[in-house]
Amino acid sequence: MQLADDGSGGRFWGGLGLRQKQVVWAWAFLAVPILFYALVRFYPTAEAFYIATTNWNLLTKPAFVGLANFERLWDDPVFWKVFRNTVLYLAIGTPVSLLLSFTIAYHLDRVRFMHGFIRALYFLPFLTTAAAMAWVWRWFYQPVPIGFFNDVLVAFGLPQQPFLRSTTQALPAVLAPAIWAGLGFQVVIFLAGLRAIPTTYYEAARIDGVGNLTILRRITLPLLKPTIIFLVVFSSIGFLRIFDQVYNMTSGDPGGPLNATKPLVLMIYQTAFSSFQMGYAAALTVVLFLVLLAVSLMQLRLLRDR
Amino acid sequence: MRGFRWMVVAWLASFGAMSGAGAQTVEIEYWQYVFDARIKAMDELIKRFQAANPTIKVKHTTFPYADYQTKIAAAMPAGQGPDVVQLFYGWLDNFVAAKFIQPLPHDTFPPAMIEKDFYPIVGAMKRDGEYYGLPTAVRSLGLFYNKNLFKEAGLDPANPPKTLDQFLDAAKKTTKRDASGNLLSEGVTLDFPGQDYHWWREVLLRQMGGTPYSPDNRKVAYDSDAGAKALNYYADLQRVQKVGQVGFMDEGQAAFRAGRAAMTVDGTFRLGSFGGIKTFEWGVTELPAGPDGKRSNFASYWVNAITTRPTGAKLEAAKKFLVYLTSPEAMQVWLDMVGELPARKAVAETEKNLSHPIYAPFLKALAYSQATVFVDEMAQRQVSLDMINRVLIQNQDAKAALAEAAKSEQAILDRFYKK
Repeated sequence: MQLADDGSGGRFWGGLGLRQKQVVWAWAFLAVPILFYALVRFYPTAEAFYIATTNWNLLTKPAFVGLANFERLWDDPVFWKVFRNTVLYLAIGTPVSLLLSFTIAYHLDRVRFMHGFIRALYFLPFLTTAAAMAWVWRWFYQPVPIGFFNDVLVAFGLPQQPFLRSTTQALPAVLAPAIWAGLGFQVVIFLAGLRAIPTTYYEAARIDGVGNLTILRRITLPLLKPTIIFLVVFSSIGFLRIFDQVYNMTSGDPGGPLNATKPLVLMIYQTAFSSFQMGYAAALTVVLFLVLLAVSLMQLRLLRDR
Repeated sequence: MRGFRWMVVAWLASFGAMSGAGAQTVEIEYWQYVFDARIKAMDELIKRFQAANPTIKVKHTTFPYADYQTKIAAAMPAGQGPDVVQLFYGWLDNFVAAKFIQPLPHDTFPPAMIEKDFYPIVGAMKRDGEYYGLPTAVRSLGLFYNKNLFKEAGLDPANPPKTLDQFLDAAKKTTKRDASGNLLSEGVTLDFPGQDYHWWREVLLRQMGGTPYSPDNRKVAYDSDAGAKALNYYADLQRVQKVGQVGFMDEGQAAFRAGRAAMTVDGTFRLGSFGGIKTFEWGVTELPAGPDGKRSNFASYWVNAITTRPTGAKLEAAKKFLVYLTSPEAMQVWLDMVGELPARKAVAETEKNLSHPIYAPFLKALAYSQATVFVDEMAQRQVSLDMINRVLIQNQDAKAALAEAAKSEQAILDRFYKK
């Protein structure tokens, strides 16, 4: 007995049943990603909450300042401007991109001619680097003689538009390429969702003589609900975290004229890595985290099956 | 088994020999950011320094510009990092406050010597009577002009504008628009995020009789009549004179490079980029003088400083290396390889340099240059950008825009100095 135990690697292991051994093995493998997540995700997240209550500037030892960073944030007009921008990115970006991608997917689903090719065309921007795309669009928006949009306007005898250099047009101008870039992904997901709806439902509806609009409203949309939930949550998080497009399209004056396009993430980046106010940047991060959490939970609740 | 044992002994012996040899040579570490010409020049300087000081070895480490400050800030508290470090002059206060760098020892760098031999802008490195760093090279601004566009407009390319009036006249003559008024080529580039915000603050403002900050740099002082005059002069180039347009060709330097701007205000650091222009001839001259002939310029520089890490033999080695980096020889190497101006008057103002068509205007400017003391360069720059945007995009009155900018910048200064 004693000998057998030693041979199989100790009293503990030998005493386990087959099922228990499987559990141990499973945990042994899971330990790696769990450890990774704990160290790389959860620990820094917890740390951010702590840093938010200090005046750490990367250079000196952090001192506890309580909620001073959050008070400063409350009184900071730039923060509120940036917060408003972030909400606008979300409030315009998500519905517009979903509406567009659903319309495209709905019609593309019925197209047989070159279906794969057209789908690939829509998906292509999703594969492009955001920075490269942002720079191309940045040049599209320039004044004549190099800006494409203004060249077109001038060719039709219309006045030039400032686009990125306007405090009102800049945000939609930055949002357009962001929507365009994510469109392909959403179209593909919608197509998959549409294909998953059994055709028998449609056949039954047709036999009953139901119109196209009713089919869309009563059959397609309700059955697409899981897909819609996924895309709403996914794209909301994306728009709340928008950075690449803004940073690259307005790099001389980051965040556009008078912070017209500056999202929260860019403000966090500048506060942390240009001004080195880590405490204040962490406080902003905590706010972003809470907003992301609240928006995601709210959407899941609203769109949940009753 | 026996062979193995001897192998271990031999290995240990060689290790001992290596560390024994290491005790005789001192290794110090030098950090700077990645910029091709600067790395090559520094490698050359280290080679020469090591040849003259065989017992000192200098390890040269570089980081991309975007990460550079973060790397230093992360390494130093962890007890690592450089012994001699290159930093932007505007970061000094943060580095001193964090105890990253130590004052230059008086025995090797007497303040009287520094004040006699170096350009006065180096004074921005002085805190409470102590100098904390010295530059190898300095940069200043100049007015670049496109000789071909000058000729086309009937101006003499050998005689560029000397005063603000002549400058405006030249800008008007070289501006080109199409029939419906769209700009085709600018008289002068208007690019506040480029160098124009320095041109406004340290040059135009002073020429109109103002000063940007109080003498101790703790109070914003540009919220004045002179400030409004300077801001209006700049804004009127677009609003009234229509000789330029913010954002034309995306950036001022891009417009000039493309031959679509007759003049641009830019610095010595642009010489490399403009040197590649093949499609037209360009020249450079001093920034135009003000209404009463007053000249001013903005100079900036990177300094070399000794960190708080080295002590004993390492400190002595670091001092020797810094002496070499700020020597006339090093400055000449830097001028030849990087194109930046020597920080010592005697090295800069040689007959050869003063008759150099490109270096001369920048060198002359060093005699009357100002180096702004920044406490948070990015945030202070943003305040200036917001100010000009309020005037040019939102048509805000210059006085109101200045008052708002002064309030924001004062808050940045107060937050820094209360620490």
